[in-house]
Amino acid sequence: MLSRRVVITGMGVISPFGRGIESLMDGLLKGRSGVVQVPELAAIKGMRTRVAALATGVDPMEIPRKFRRSMSSMSVYATLACQDAARMAGIGEELLGSGRLGVSIGSTTGSPQTMQDFFQDFNKDNSLERMKSTLFFHIMNHSCASNVAQVLGVTGRILAPAAACSTSCQAVGYAAEMIAMGRQELMLCGGADEFHPLTSGTFDIMNAASTSFNDSPTSTPRPFDRDRDGIVCGEGSGMLLLESLDSALLRGADILAEISGFATNSDPASIANPDAAAISACMQLALSDAGVQPDQVDYVNAHATATEQGDIAECEAISRIFGHGAPVSSLKGHLGHAMAASGTLELAACIEMIRQELLIPTLNLDQIDPRCANVTHVQGIMKRPVQTVLKNNFALGGVNSSIILRRYQK
Amino acid sequence: MTDQQIIELINSSLAEEFEYQGGMTPETSLFEEMGLDSLDVVDLVIVLETAFDMKIREEEAIRSIRTLGDIHKFVIAKKRQTESA
Repeated sequence: MLSRRVVITGMGVISPFGRGIESLMDGLLKGRSGVVQVPELAAIKGMRTRVAALATGVDPMEIPRKFRRSMSSMSVYATLACQDAARMAGIGEELLGSGRLGVSIGSTTGSPQTMQDFFQDFNKDNSLERMKSTLFFHIMNHSCASNVAQVLGVTGRILAPAAACSTSCQAVGYAAEMIAMGRQELMLCGGADEFHPLTSGTFDIMNAASTSFNDSPTSTPRPFDRDRDGIVCGEGSGMLLLESLDSALLRGADILAEISGFATNSDPASIANPDAAAISACMQLALSDAGVQPDQVDYVNAHATATEQGDIAECEAISRIFGHGAPVSSLKGHLGHAMAASGTLELAACIEMIRQELLIPTLNLDQIDPRCANVTHVQGIMKRPVQTVLKNNFALGGVNSSIILRRYQK
Repeated sequence: MTDQQIIELINSSLAEEFEYQGGMTPETSLFEEMGLDSLDVVDLVIVLETAFDMKIREEEAIRSIRTLGDIHKFVIAKKRQTESA
């Protein structure tokens, strides 16, 4: 269990529905899909998927050139989301530069687009003569974390976890642990990713990308649905401002929710295929960390990306712990899979579900796959008090992660 | 290219690369007025090499450039030197 209580006092998101938590919730509550056709995918040999969930509402020019020159799109998303989170939390320059606030922000990789641009040019004549001085800052693994720290003037610790789809769930968990240990009082944490055909291609080549709905993009992905056919890649950023309860109370901050448990584990059974036993173990560890019993959990926000193996394994794992107890939904139907950003985009929505006392259903879940019928699915907006939420994220590479989120109570 | 065409190409290339919207005279300081720093100077060389199809990275004179006028003189001299070679 976390030795010091850790609460959330700020959120910032860049999603297919635009910038800000209000746009995100508006899209989710109206049952909209952020998935669109991406014509450039059709021009790539071997690419069968033609859809993605692209971020909207972003103006990179808001960031001064001196900072922007070292950023690819993912760092732009991360920076704008962090600025919004800090603003919501009422954090100013003094606290950002106090050394008491750190960042824990990750992405799947450094910028794939910058890498592509560089090698396309490099391969013309094997020359470095046109390489810009800021190239490295786009492609380094801690690009988002460092760029955020530079823009916001953060002088505390920098952590840049990278675990693909588990990245931001881990980033929040590690940030919470850092605060609980007393190493930092506040942390800006989360994930960001930019869409690139390589990401879609990675899943397409494994037969895990959605390819049957290229002409009706809003019908996919379809988590848990009998007709689901795979992942739809997305992009964006989700950022949370975490701080010790003492710090929040001292500042008189508006507390949005509490992080009460976190777990992450490795599944060495396969680098690609999820396993119900490992997922179940991860969720059990998180519940234990929070000191919460399964019957106290009001909602499970699933990773569920709409792959056959992933959805079925996750339902099996959830069923083992919760049976038909806590209702389950996935937000991938609305948002696609924003990779490193997915965890915190979805966590931000979970925080709002606690605050607004409702559960958001899985979009495009029309006919439940019988192999996913072992849990209770949210299929329409459910109005009810929500005290405790379990949030899952799982990644290629055998990395599972779960967070327990609770309504703040004194 | 005439000297004036060279100056105009330098100014437009630098204005675009460094998003500079202020006035551009030979006296304009690259560092104080245009806000360039050491990383930008590296990219400035690449911008000029690309715009004028020449290699200047190893030129000693680059290190003493401080104003737009310094760049104008340097590039014009370099172009004339290349033309007469």
